[in-house]
Amino acid sequence: MKLIFDKSMNGRTGFRIPELDVPKENIDKKYLRKELPNLPETYELEVIRHYDELEKLNHSVDKGFYPLGSCTMKYNPVLNEEIANWENFKFIHPYQEEETVQGNLQIMYELQNYLGELTGMDAVTLQPAAGAHGELTGMLIIKKYLETNGFKNKTKVIVPDSAHGTNPASAKMAGFEIVEVKSNINGTVDIEELKKIMTEDIAAIMLTNPNTLGIFEKDILEISKIAKSNNTLLYYDGANLNAIMGKVRPGDMGFDVVHLNLHKTLSTPHGMGGPGSGTVGVKEFLKDYLPKPIVEKSKEDKYFINYNIKHSIGRVRSFYGNFLVYLKAYIYILSMGSDGLKRASELAVLNANYMKKKMSEYMNMSHEGICKHEFVIDGSFLKEYGVKTLDIAKRLMDFDIHPPTVYFPLIVKEAMMIEPTETESKERLDIVIENFKTIVEEAKTNPDIIKKAPHNTKISRLNELKANKELNIKY
Amino acid sequence: MYPYLPHTDEDINKMLKTIGVNAIDDLYSDVPELLNRDLNIPNSISEINLKRSLREKASLNDNIRDFGCFRGGGIYNHYIPSIVYQIGAKRGFLTAYTPYQAEVSQGTLQIMYEFQTMISELTGLEVSNSSMYDGATSVAEAILMAGRINKKYKTLIANTIHPEYIEVCETYLKPQEFNLEKINYDKKTGKINITDLKNKINDEISSVVIGYPNFYGIIEDIEEIREIIPKNILLIVVSNPIMLGAFQSPGKLGADIVVGEGQPLGNAPGFGGPGFGFFSSKKEFIRNMPGRIIGKTIDDNGKEGFVMILQTREQHIRREKATSNICSNHAHNALLAAVYMSIMGRTGIKEIAMQNYHKSHYLYNKLIKTEKFEPVFEGTFFNEFALKSKISIDKINKKLHEQKYFGPLNLEKITGEKNIALFCATELNTKEEIDFICSFLEGII
Repeated sequence: MKLIFDKSMNGRTGFRIPELDVPKENIDKKYLRKELPNLPETYELEVIRHYDELEKLNHSVDKGFYPLGSCTMKYNPVLNEEIANWENFKFIHPYQEEETVQGNLQIMYELQNYLGELTGMDAVTLQPAAGAHGELTGMLIIKKYLETNGFKNKTKVIVPDSAHGTNPASAKMAGFEIVEVKSNINGTVDIEELKKIMTEDIAAIMLTNPNTLGIFEKDILEISKIAKSNNTLLYYDGANLNAIMGKVRPGDMGFDVVHLNLHKTLSTPHGMGGPGSGTVGVKEFLKDYLPKPIVEKSKEDKYFINYNIKHSIGRVRSFYGNFLVYLKAYIYILSMGSDGLKRASELAVLNANYMKKKMSEYMNMSHEGICKHEFVIDGSFLKEYGVKTLDIAKRLMDFDIHPPTVYFPLIVKEAMMIEPTETESKERLDIVIENFKTIVEEAKTNPDIIKKAPHNTKISRLNELKANKELNIKY
Repeated sequence: MYPYLPHTDEDINKMLKTIGVNAIDDLYSDVPELLNRDLNIPNSISEINLKRSLREKASLNDNIRDFGCFRGGGIYNHYIPSIVYQIGAKRGFLTAYTPYQAEVSQGTLQIMYEFQTMISELTGLEVSNSSMYDGATSVAEAILMAGRINKKYKTLIANTIHPEYIEVCETYLKPQEFNLEKINYDKKTGKINITDLKNKINDEISSVVIGYPNFYGIIEDIEEIREIIPKNILLIVVSNPIMLGAFQSPGKLGADIVVGEGQPLGNAPGFGGPGFGFFSSKKEFIRNMPGRIIGKTIDDNGKEGFVMILQTREQHIRREKATSNICSNHAHNALLAAVYMSIMGRTGIKEIAMQNYHKSHYLYNKLIKTEKFEPVFEGTFFNEFALKSKISIDKINKKLHEQKYFGPLNLEKITGEKNIALFCATELNTKEEIDFICSFLEGII
């Protein structure tokens, strides 16, 4: 499709600015550009059509099934969008006087409490802008806490081999060294292995539970015990919280710090890769280490922004986080309520197990038994037909299904991770299950159709090698 | 039933039967201790009641559309053309995810490619990524990037950079044992103090960070600063993208990395978030750049298309050795900016920049005439400026609020400086309201 720059015509403009109504002020020419930036010169209808065409080239949750494992692509309610567009939320300056933003501050205060209750944590910051940003914040809190309390020798963080790549990257950014712990045959943390590497210098263990294989770490209480006895903190990666809302809380499992991806579990839209919101919750003893500022309520029931946090790690971003994003999560929490959030988790787990069971009839699963909200297929059973997981992924596009997450977690060969979420109906799942079955049969009888897929998209497989070798990253 | 959950009791029973369990709780048999109470969160409510409750909360806020606004300090009140909202609301953009599968994400990928181009055009640098969280984290990541390039871990940062940005940099740099030292500013001009900069430069310095304009709205002389700094020290410029529509691009003046807050480009203030961070650099540094980058290529049939490139820098492949931990970016905000820049075009954005300049200078001159304020700096400013106030700024703001205006930012709360007011004017401030607030302030004692 043509680029917007190719549609540019000198002299066109899509916007008329009112005439300048004040006298012009002199300006030294040395400050001004000699050549204007090459932005497109076009007009309103062209811009509308351009983006309309581009929208059609995207798969989205609204368009169809999007079982991207570990990303929780649930439906994004339009109600949330409408309210987040109200002028009294959208056009608020962050430096307005507190008396003029009491509505926003109340929402922040209540949301902090709701998220604390949902995760079993005592205090929450809304500041982090994304999941990985939350991880960094959490690890910085742990680091500062340990340093302040005489544990300067604790320099390492344990991360399972099945963990999200952001976990080790975030821990590293917080200044820790990474120690990887291997998963056992059941796909969970190997307790014996863990004990072996649990040396005195271990600051924290980062876990997601259920883990990235969709399996609940059933030994979590024992892991917690091992950690506690070594003054090691437990960090919970909340990417998979959608499986357990109202059923079990990270805080009750023994976790000390939690981040939540509000864009996953609490339905704020992913927006092509952001903005997200990666709020962080901590247990009471870590409260004074949260990034500043935090919203509090005075004795007179006035909400205020508290910058005075004793051992605060500092700021992790400007202002107070992605307000318009977490506002949507707040609306979702109120819409669903205590009862609905729990139901959402139960149905996400029901959907995943239903798909897993039905698909086990013709595909190999990485691990047997019940799963939580996602499960992993081991695609290597199609190797003898010369078909790879990536080929299956591409073929799914011809059925209007967004491919699942592929080649992650790294510990499963030819991995394909499916997460249906609770917002898909049984009818939809049945259709998708049949589509997968068709593709597996094709792999055995007509593998070429898969290897050359997709066939129905405007663009076929792209040459990534060329893109990386001959960098072309702007017009 | 809940509006977003499709399952009937019959569905659930059939599904449980297929799985071979009796109840949903059987799917949680591996969980050691199930929560045996309801969450202390209110029960679900209807859309009608929810809107009622949110309206009530919204009514406790005053917005800068109903009120005139003379406040900046990092977030600016610019006009957002209607088309930006309409395109931003398109569900094919809003409900899509990271373009992991290029064939069904060409919309996202092309938008990001066009966005990268537009940002590079503004900054005057060869490469840009497809957005960061905000201006502050962009600065911190830029400093870390410079460290990866020249393997030195000390940075000089102008103390006229937004104070919150400096705080974020401190948070980011400390655990990596990266030192941050501040450069003073010239009390007369408001620009960076060149002597102080010269004195602080040594072999250990990795990068120098300056504002353009700086937190007080003053335009720094990038070329002069570049000449002072040895070649192997990277110059990081924190900029306002609207200003770059008319003013010289930092890249052309010698900056190595240009970053900043993108909110002024078609994004609502949103109580400070989400906006987005933009991030540009010289091409030779691209492999050290954090965040996602989109590249153009061809498909099996020779047709042009787009993919994410240089992913081997990213955490899903390199894990702890990645250039940064940034994964989700602010793509949707970048989209809003791309639409904004498409509709404004090169002459539109220039006109906006010039109007910001003229209106803020008109405001400045008028305020000085009230004799309630004195100039603080001589340096050239863009759309905001600091003035010393003879009256309590809180009082001014209280009185202005009664007239439905948000007055200047009281810097005491931000930088600790007493009686310094930071005023801002944009294309949205009319002559009429500028005249009004100035004559109103004249009457305040």
